[in-house]
Amino acid sequence: MNAPPTHSHDPPEGENLDQLNLAWYVDKVVQWLVFFGGISAIIFIIGIFVFIASQGLGYAVKELDLGEFFFSPLWRPTSEANPTYGALALIAGTASVAGFAMLIAVPFSLGAAIFIAEFATGRTREILKVLVELLAAIPSVVWGFIGLSIMNPLIINTFDVPIGLNILNAGLILGLMAAPIMTTIAEDALKAVPDGYREAAEAMGATRWQVVWRVVLPAGKNGLVAAVLLGVGRAFGETMAVLMATGHSVHIPTSVFDSVRALTATIAAELGETPVGSDHYKVLFTLGIFLFLVTFLINLTADLVVRGKRRNA
Amino acid sequence: MVSAPPPPETSAKIQVQVRDLTIRYGSKVALEKVSLDIREHEIFGIIGPANSGKTSFLRALNRMDQMHSSMKVDGQILFRGKDVHSWRNLYALRSKIGVVFPLPVGLPLSIYDNVALAPRLSGTKNKSDLDEIVERCLQRAALWDEVKDRLDSLGSMLSGGQQQRLTIARALSQDPELLLLDEFSIAVDPVTTMKIEDVLKELKKEITIILVTNLVQQARRLADNTAFFLTGECIEVAKTEDLFTGEVKDPRSRDYVEGRFG
Repeated sequence: MNAPPTHSHDPPEGENLDQLNLAWYVDKVVQWLVFFGGISAIIFIIGIFVFIASQGLGYAVKELDLGEFFFSPLWRPTSEANPTYGALALIAGTASVAGFAMLIAVPFSLGAAIFIAEFATGRTREILKVLVELLAAIPSVVWGFIGLSIMNPLIINTFDVPIGLNILNAGLILGLMAAPIMTTIAEDALKAVPDGYREAAEAMGATRWQVVWRVVLPAGKNGLVAAVLLGVGRAFGETMAVLMATGHSVHIPTSVFDSVRALTATIAAELGETPVGSDHYKVLFTLGIFLFLVTFLINLTADLVVRGKRRNA
Repeated sequence: MVSAPPPPETSAKIQVQVRDLTIRYGSKVALEKVSLDIREHEIFGIIGPANSGKTSFLRALNRMDQMHSSMKVDGQILFRGKDVHSWRNLYALRSKIGVVFPLPVGLPLSIYDNVALAPRLSGTKNKSDLDEIVERCLQRAALWDEVKDRLDSLGSMLSGGQQQRLTIARALSQDPELLLLDEFSIAVDPVTTMKIEDVLKELKKEITIILVTNLVQQARRLADNTAFFLTGECIEVAKTEDLFTGEVKDPRSRDYVEGRFG
């Protein structure tokens, strides 16, 4: 069997078949075009980061008192005599609103996703899917408007508190904003679980809920975690609705009826009135870097979780 | 032995020549130092239990190591005298080597378009040419009678066995010189399997076929020469008749074909 080739052509016959044809060239050109498309996205992201960093990073590292920045609740950037840049209250504001929003959004969106993917059939399911997608398309300023003009008096009257622009209001609004996108992604994760799994489990006499709980949710777990994390990222980054519904007062909250101020809203409200290049301006960019890092870490985690799913699949 | 057909390897030209083929996935060795020759117009059977490296062998032949980043191939596979790893135009190579995978893959196109896909890719536009190819390939795959009235319906909606025959029709549509069949009958009923086996015997006149199969008797029915793979080793390459009459070098080969092998 190890004998040398009996037919030793020179060049071998296969050489004639191995010709670079038009399809091959088209393939190469398309590969390059797609490559540049992909690279350009990376370049833009790096460009944005470089810009933000150039405006705030040098200042943040060299001049800013990071101890004050992270641990002081005093945000007095416009004080003539003694400006202080404590972001603790802003961070607490964003965290409390986003956390409350997740308390609302996670159960609602996961429930909705399970219902749409596993229990609803035919028309119900189609209508629900369209409605959820419609919900995701409502602009955030409209949500802010609802918070300002509907939720505000509602909360004042229902809970007998002096002001209705607070964590409860913004958290509800933000939760409702994040829920549709989380529902859509979670539903995709459940849809990606092969039907064979469901059939195999149902064939053993498992009820629908048992199938969902024991088979579908574990199989789609990574996708669901990714959906939640993307929702958290959305809640952290949202600006307009929280600007309008939180009350925008610098304050470490002690109850859900306290007004707070979010990082994003601070940047949006103050950047336009700040002299370019001033300390205040640079501190706002530092807030931006911090936000960028937080949302980047959240998205990275979500991505790694989804990759974990692919590896295990 | 008396009724054995004249050995084809004396006359026919070598189509595929494998030398010291070793395939690894990461640190796991799937196939080690395999050398064998496959002649034109033969059906070359590969038998062996699970994990013996049969499928990896086919993958390496069609250069599918491109798609598995962990798969590493060493050694030589000469197709028509040229090492498949030195082909510049991989797509031209693959269009000469058809593959049928164990699980059917009906592409989400119409039945007609499934079969017409490869001819269209290589530039056949004429409707009557395409009609002719589609009918011929579906006939050969023993599917024509069942689908001739609904060529416009989706290929992915056919039953498993029908999709497998559609897959075979598609593999034939580009007139390959070499057809790789990996457990083609796994999702096909016995009657249809026999029909397709008859087709393969006919096809052998025009092309070379490598048949990986778990059904030892299928190899006996079809293959001129058969290789026995076991846990990544090529234990034996012999004329199929010899393998089944016990004229083997390694006793494990005889044990396997006689079913005395766990």
